[in-house]
Amino acid sequence: MMRLEKRATPSRAWSVATPVLAVLLTMIAGGILFAMLGKDPVAAIRTIFWDPLFNPQFAAYSRPQLLVKAGPLILIAIGLSLGFRAGVWNIGAEGQYVVGALTGAAAGLALYPMESRLIFPLMVIAGALGGLLWAMIPAILRTVFRTNEILVSLLLVYVAQALLSSMALGALRNPQGGGFPGSRNLSQWASSANPELIAGTGMHWGVVAAFIAVIFAYILLQRHMLGFSIRLTGQAPRAARFAGVSPRRLVILCFGISGALAGLAGLFEVTGPAGQISLDFAQGYGFTAIIVAFLGRLNPIGILLAGLLMALTYIGGELAQFMLGVPAAAIQAFQGMLLFFLLAVDILTNYRIRWAREAS
Amino acid sequence: MDIGGINLVTLLATLIVASVPILMAALGEMVVEKSGTLNLGVEGMMIMGAVTGFVVAVTTGNPVLGFLGGAAAGAAMAGLFALLTQVLLANQVASGLALTLFGLGLSSLMGQGWNGIRPPLTGDVPLGPLADIPVLGPILFSHDWMVYLSLILVVAIWWFLRATRAGLILRAVGESHEAAHALGYKVRRIRTGAILFGGAMAGMGGAYVSLVRVPQWTDGITSGAGWIALAIVVFASWKPWRVLMGAWLFGGISVLQLNLQAAGSRIPVEYLTMSPYIITILVLVLISSGRGRAMGAPADLGKTFHASH
Amino acid sequence: MTGSDTLLRVEGLTKAYPGVVANSEVGFSLRPGEVHALLGENGAGKSTLVKMIYGLVTPDSGRMVLSGQDFAPDRPATARRAGVAMVFQHFSLFDALTVAENVALGMEAPPPMRDLARRIRETSATYGLPLDPARIVGDLSAGERQRVEIIRCLLQDPKLLIMDEPTSVLTPQEVDILFKTLRKLSAEGTAILYISHKLEEIRTLCDHATILRRGKVVATCVPRDRTARELAELMVGAVLTPPARAATPKGEVMLEVTGLSAPSPIPFGTALKDIRLSVRKGEVLGIAGVAGNGQDELLLALNGELRSAPDALRIGGQPVGDKGPEARRLAGLVSAPEERLGHAAAPDMTLTENALLSGAIRQKLVRHGFIDWTKVRAFANTIIRDFDVRTPGTEVAARALSGGNLQKFVVGRELSQGSEVIVINQPTWGVDAAASAFIRQAILDRAAGGAAVVVISQDLDELLEIADSFAALNEGRLSPPRPVAGLTVEEIGLMMGGAHGMEVAHDAA
Repeated sequence: MMRLEKRATPSRAWSVATPVLAVLLTMIAGGILFAMLGKDPVAAIRTIFWDPLFNPQFAAYSRPQLLVKAGPLILIAIGLSLGFRAGVWNIGAEGQYVVGALTGAAAGLALYPMESRLIFPLMVIAGALGGLLWAMIPAILRTVFRTNEILVSLLLVYVAQALLSSMALGALRNPQGGGFPGSRNLSQWASSANPELIAGTGMHWGVVAAFIAVIFAYILLQRHMLGFSIRLTGQAPRAARFAGVSPRRLVILCFGISGALAGLAGLFEVTGPAGQISLDFAQGYGFTAIIVAFLGRLNPIGILLAGLLMALTYIGGELAQFMLGVPAAAIQAFQGMLLFFLLAVDILTNYRIRWAREAS
Repeated sequence: MDIGGINLVTLLATLIVASVPILMAALGEMVVEKSGTLNLGVEGMMIMGAVTGFVVAVTTGNPVLGFLGGAAAGAAMAGLFALLTQVLLANQVASGLALTLFGLGLSSLMGQGWNGIRPPLTGDVPLGPLADIPVLGPILFSHDWMVYLSLILVVAIWWFLRATRAGLILRAVGESHEAAHALGYKVRRIRTGAILFGGAMAGMGGAYVSLVRVPQWTDGITSGAGWIALAIVVFASWKPWRVLMGAWLFGGISVLQLNLQAAGSRIPVEYLTMSPYIITILVLVLISSGRGRAMGAPADLGKTFHASH
Repeated sequence: MTGSDTLLRVEGLTKAYPGVVANSEVGFSLRPGEVHALLGENGAGKSTLVKMIYGLVTPDSGRMVLSGQDFAPDRPATARRAGVAMVFQHFSLFDALTVAENVALGMEAPPPMRDLARRIRETSATYGLPLDPARIVGDLSAGERQRVEIIRCLLQDPKLLIMDEPTSVLTPQEVDILFKTLRKLSAEGTAILYISHKLEEIRTLCDHATILRRGKVVATCVPRDRTARELAELMVGAVLTPPARAATPKGEVMLEVTGLSAPSPIPFGTALKDIRLSVRKGEVLGIAGVAGNGQDELLLALNGELRSAPDALRIGGQPVGDKGPEARRLAGLVSAPEERLGHAAAPDMTLTENALLSGAIRQKLVRHGFIDWTKVRAFANTIIRDFDVRTPGTEVAARALSGGNLQKFVVGRELSQGSEVIVINQPTWGVDAAASAFIRQAILDRAAGGAAVVVISQDLDELLEIADSFAALNEGRLSPPRPVAGLTVEEIGLMMGGAHGMEVAHDAA
């Protein structure tokens, strides 16, 4: 019989080791999955995790992509992690990402074809505000009416996606686009473009913002009273009230920060890598960021690493699709599996496992 | 009986069919939550049920086997959730999300190459003379067997929770796992049973989407039905009859908006598409603002149980 | 008294948990109709022992014989079938379910609901424990909840009834009624295993006593032949000294509450109704009451977690009724809630972090929002040193400490902040005698130093020992405070609400 014994103090060693263990287990289970699809598992895992970085044939293209994909994931995950730590569940980051892109793009396009250095900063602010306001809907409903924020934030993703189609087909459609859905290309308009800042690195403003967010979150959690309040509320909500933390203020704050960061991620994406508002703009970064946040153990540095790893699975997944014909959906399942294994092995951090003899 | 070019009897009959997936999933989830567990993976279990049910039904040519396959797939997913939350004591919110993310990916993988096929027909079974009653007949008594099954399950679950000892124990475990444990009830075993049942129900509901409602397989076919089912459980204050009401309400909205789309309404399609989600949110707000705390919510909902000593 | 006359014999029971031996070679026996006390401090192993008899815990070794047959219950159902019933101290009722449903859950083969309701009414009349089977348990008082548990046991005609600290939720009058019921049962041949650490009760009620200390049987005796002091020393294993107090002149009013009413934020909680009290410098106000009569709510209302009208509460003359906990700390009020883990302290956080939790404001541990961790650690170390908290260091999770040590830390954290008003709920609940004495002395020292202190406690002996004035909470109302000197137990009982309407039923029975 397996018996669990709660540790007096969570194990530091395991809290670092569990994500690594989860990745290894996912590779094994993923390998089995690929084998079942009739692919060579070793080749598939190598194509996903090794080739994008070290195979000279692909690395030149893949390496910059790493930051391009990791940027939005990290930016969103940092925001989410603050809420998750406080027990505030914003799972609608995908919607806030979309709305941030829409408001940011709209703010810019309203001024088209004017050229000004001020347009891009204006769009950044509009994007952050858009995501923030979209996130305020579940936050305010939760604080005023005690409506479940998990359901509302998630349902709003579907609303945001419908809004995206409506905008791509209507208000934001490129008047010179020959009737095709989609907005003007923002990355080709100097005033709104979010270009690669250092050639060959994939670094754009969104990646810069992600790094800043990591540092900001790290300081917040380690040294600032607000970060302490967030951790306290998540671990012991009644103790937090005893300490004097206002739960409502915290809900608003966590949703505000995560919404604004998701909105920013959307804005940097639409002005850079994606280039335009289109029907398939929402690629699921908002959901994958949930995995990134957990994989990084809700720790800013951890999220940085987890974001890079998850970006690697995206790029490696595309490569595997291209080279081995592994379906794109397999990568999505693969990422979901990672979260499963992570949650499963997490028990080692808080509990000791004992294999007890059957008591006679 | 016609309003704005839409026949009311047909509309109500379609509504009943349209509400089946949500009804099944919400009933299952209600039982799970009554036992004190919050499984946010309904969407993932539904879509796995949808793809598995579809593949099984097409392969065997038998829709009944399809529904059973859907139930098995949903239960298998739920088994993963039970393993995580009941054995490995993982956070329920995170585990539920993992289930959904994993289910969406895996279903899409399993469904490769099954697009554009028509599944075997799940025929209507008119209930003899009952079906000939004007108005009520076509609305209530001229459907396929899954519709009847879902309605029977509403009654059965209501009776189970209210009048049986097993139902009482299930509710007790959801109210206070500490007290139930002190009296000697096997909290984790009971919850695992409820979770598996909830998974099977969600899986069948999902299979109904791909086998009857649409009927074909496309990626992401359940499009948020699982989340709406979760919302309906809250809306229903954990009562079976109100789950039925909720399912009909949302079935009605989705049918109505599809009808309006078909009838060439002046409201843009996108806004009609988002209407069920917005109305779900509005209803959630109304329900939660009614009283201080969500009425009827099991006291230990979502809490992890670990028997110390 | 031959072997055949023995109902239950326990021999060499041993149960070890990682790091602790809860029971070591425990043995005792009891006859039908005997009222047998298990006496011991918190953590002496009483609960583990009865959980083994009730089948909730499997012993590592040892054996039990019930009615001449080997008895090794693997789960409570087995024990219940063998005629063993148990009334728990905590955690065995379901608030949202009815009385009848709660009773049914504790029975092996309950009759249909309608018959069950009838039998509940009959039994409650027979034993003078009035109870309506259709009521929701969450709405019942603590005494009524206990009746639900007792009746649940009685409906199964038990041969052995285990009662775990049954009087901690009763007024003195209710205790008398309970004892009548227990004597009636005992006269009918039901053996009772009675767990308590209240010595006078045991001397009044029990025929025999087995005394446990650190998991071992240290003595058996006939309690009537011993004095309470002798029993206490057997239990604690040391000679006890009552806390010393200096008679200090009382100063100006530091805490004043007038007409404070507030709904309860706790599900099935008790609303506060028109609370009035005032505490002077150097004074200790003791507030008694049966559990669930508004104690938790009163603490929340005093420390700012529950707000009221600005003028309802004044600290040093300053109206703060509408202010939160931080503002009240700043105004000079600190508090220690009853529940150590989860309310007063965050279980998974370190002692350093827990020191910051309520010390941030008064100890100036935060500047411009940034935490000075060096200072916080120093504060944690001060508490650990001054209050003799046994811990390997400051970077240990709060839940790793024993109950007594964590309580010393929590109380120490509040008492170390030099504040003028101190509010403590259940200062020594679940704490061993040595730590209790330490904590009580520390509270008296602060009062002698000029602080106004409110102690809310369900332990009457404790209040009479340390309080200058005394009041009681009953259904959310506070009786007018009176000086402790000259109060009789009878008067205290009436302040606590008397027998809560049970006299009538008992007369009828």
